[in-house]
Amino acid sequence: MSDSRPGGGHGGIWMTGGLAATVVLNGLTLAALYFIVASGFSLIFGLMRTVNMAHGSLYMLGAYVGYAVFEPLYDQDLWYAWHVGILAGIASAAAFGVLMQVSLLGWMQGQELRQALVTIGVSIIVADQLLAFFGGTSRQFFAPDSIFGSTTLPEIGRYPTFRLVQIGIAVGVGVALWLLLNKTRLGLMIRAGVDDRQMLAATGVNVPLVSLAVFALGAGLAGLGGIIGSTAQPLVQGVDVRFLLTSLVVVIVGGMGSIAGTAIGAILVGLAEQVGQAMFPTYSVILTFLIMSAVLALRPQGILGRPA
Amino acid sequence: MDFRMDRRKMLLGALGTGAVAATGLRMPAYAQNAPIRMGWLSTLEGPFATGGQDAWRCTQMIMEENNNQAGGRRVEIVRESSNAQADVALARARKLVEQDNVDFMVGPLSGAEGIAVRDYSRTRPNQAFINGGSGAADTTLRNVSPNFFRFNMDGTQWMAGLGNYVRRTLNVQEVAIVAGDYAFPYAQVFGFSLEFCRAGGRATYLWSPLGTTDYSSIIARIPRTAGALVVIHGGSDGLAFMTQYAQAGGSLPLIGGSIMADQSMLSARGPHRRLMVGMVSAGPLADVVDDPRWVDFTNRYRARWGREGFNSPSIHGYNYYVAMQGVLLALNAVRGDLSGGQQGFMRALAASDYTTPMGARMRLDHNRQAISDTFLNRIEERGGQAVTVAFDRARDVNQTLGVPEAQFLALGAPSRDNTGCVAQS
Repeated sequence: MSDSRPGGGHGGIWMTGGLAATVVLNGLTLAALYFIVASGFSLIFGLMRTVNMAHGSLYMLGAYVGYAVFEPLYDQDLWYAWHVGILAGIASAAAFGVLMQVSLLGWMQGQELRQALVTIGVSIIVADQLLAFFGGTSRQFFAPDSIFGSTTLPEIGRYPTFRLVQIGIAVGVGVALWLLLNKTRLGLMIRAGVDDRQMLAATGVNVPLVSLAVFALGAGLAGLGGIIGSTAQPLVQGVDVRFLLTSLVVVIVGGMGSIAGTAIGAILVGLAEQVGQAMFPTYSVILTFLIMSAVLALRPQGILGRPA
Repeated sequence: MDFRMDRRKMLLGALGTGAVAATGLRMPAYAQNAPIRMGWLSTLEGPFATGGQDAWRCTQMIMEENNNQAGGRRVEIVRESSNAQADVALARARKLVEQDNVDFMVGPLSGAEGIAVRDYSRTRPNQAFINGGSGAADTTLRNVSPNFFRFNMDGTQWMAGLGNYVRRTLNVQEVAIVAGDYAFPYAQVFGFSLEFCRAGGRATYLWSPLGTTDYSSIIARIPRTAGALVVIHGGSDGLAFMTQYAQAGGSLPLIGGSIMADQSMLSARGPHRRLMVGMVSAGPLADVVDDPRWVDFTNRYRARWGREGFNSPSIHGYNYYVAMQGVLLALNAVRGDLSGGQQGFMRALAASDYTTPMGARMRLDHNRQAISDTFLNRIEERGGQAVTVAFDRARDVNQTLGVPEAQFLALGAPSRDNTGCVAQS
């Protein structure tokens, strides 16, 4: 490509081919991030019927704890700083998820409204504690140089490499989840639990333990999303609400509890946001909610959701 | 402890109360010695959290310099935080005034917030509202409030000289302008475009809402023909934009808005810092300016805050400091007397004439809006740190940039559809 400027610099009111390609790719890379975060949300809901309103807090908690581990290592110029940050983020979010399930949600299983309210409470407490501890300064992870520069793509020109990595990670998460759910014993138990918890318990499976595993997994995915998201965008107070809302929209559009549905929902929402930003930035947020309204009106259970 | 009320104690108590009442009658200054309650509002959350924190640092500095006193009275600060959203700022201002019963308030920090608090101030005519750092143009230009005072210039004033410099000295024909979609960037874009387009320049405008985190599609729309990129974002939006522009391999010469080329951006780490060296900008302060007052101020700032603060005060911290100068000087002028619907205090505020730490003269116009100096800056690497260095200065810039007021008002209110880009006929 002769033009080395970002996006090749395609002007005009309407989108030219190159700009359209860039915007679509932007939408897909954003969708990748949304998928990572929302898949955990969908997973938890699928098995436990728990609408975890603290999912965004798990994202933010993972990101901040990951950052606290990452920063001193990065200051010493260690190449593995980011990788250790990812592990710390996943581990802290998973641990907090387990703690939440054990101490609060486990004993109110089945009381959906109560669980939703309790998790809202948790999210407010977590947000304020993180604000008190880390302050309002925005932070950002810096990935290793090999994936942090830009890559030249046909039609598009230079494109941030990390956004392409995001797609790779999301695909990896999707495949891993599919394998876990369809090819392992744990997956078998999870799928059985989605259909009939009591019957599963009657066959001798320790359902609370399975629930705990699922919660840890879903929360860990939120933590992973936290680090990935905070590498691509700044980490600021308030991202918890943003990612909770996005996760809700994604799973409502895609269908609660379906991994493939979550992927479709994430792609639709990601594309809508980016196309909206390119064409009518001030009102782009409307597009997302138009999609949600349309799905709710025509197919209330979501695109791949099963009727309740 | 066992406490029993008996007749003797009651009598003593009654005598005591009587004595206090009698002294109170003889010393009408009693109420004057009660502390002044000042409300303080800034953004300790949201996109401008770092700026808001710096505003608090600089407010604390000036209070400590004055032993928390003004006009012979102790000043108590009731602190509140908003998140750069107008409705939140309004709710917090109401809380300060109506529930915390502050005498007057200083704040807010961000553009649209300022307009909301200005509107609220009209409903409380007997209390002074002193702007913190918000810089929308219309706050003090259209529907002005008689008890709202602003000791900082607006976004349009801060851009004075930049458009001409980019068009004439840098000889750039066409720019792309990326800006936040709210009142303060409207003012900054207006100030820049007014000069730039009059000098024959062309501009493409790319707006995005405050709080946008993913700018990739905005970056993709920067026209190929643009000779420079004008970035009018700040806070975490600015950081996100610059980081993503750097990641996308962006290489256009950069022109910065007043809150972009600022320590709140330059002190944050990341790939944007490398890109920002060489950026030309305009605003009310520079990190490096040849004035002993400024050197002294920045030294005191660093000594007081060390690693907790920025390398040098941010624009937000500076704005609040200058506003507090005005407040404390006016309180001294009226000897802490806020009686009579604060009319004396407000007259003293309106008559302010003092020198800011940048060595700039600060006065208010008939709309109680600052007239002061703006600086043209370039970002340089000095001692391993990126700093803004002043290379030119416009003195006594008023809100209409020297244009007769009626003529300036006829240009209309700055907005995303009224960018001030009117070519000279």
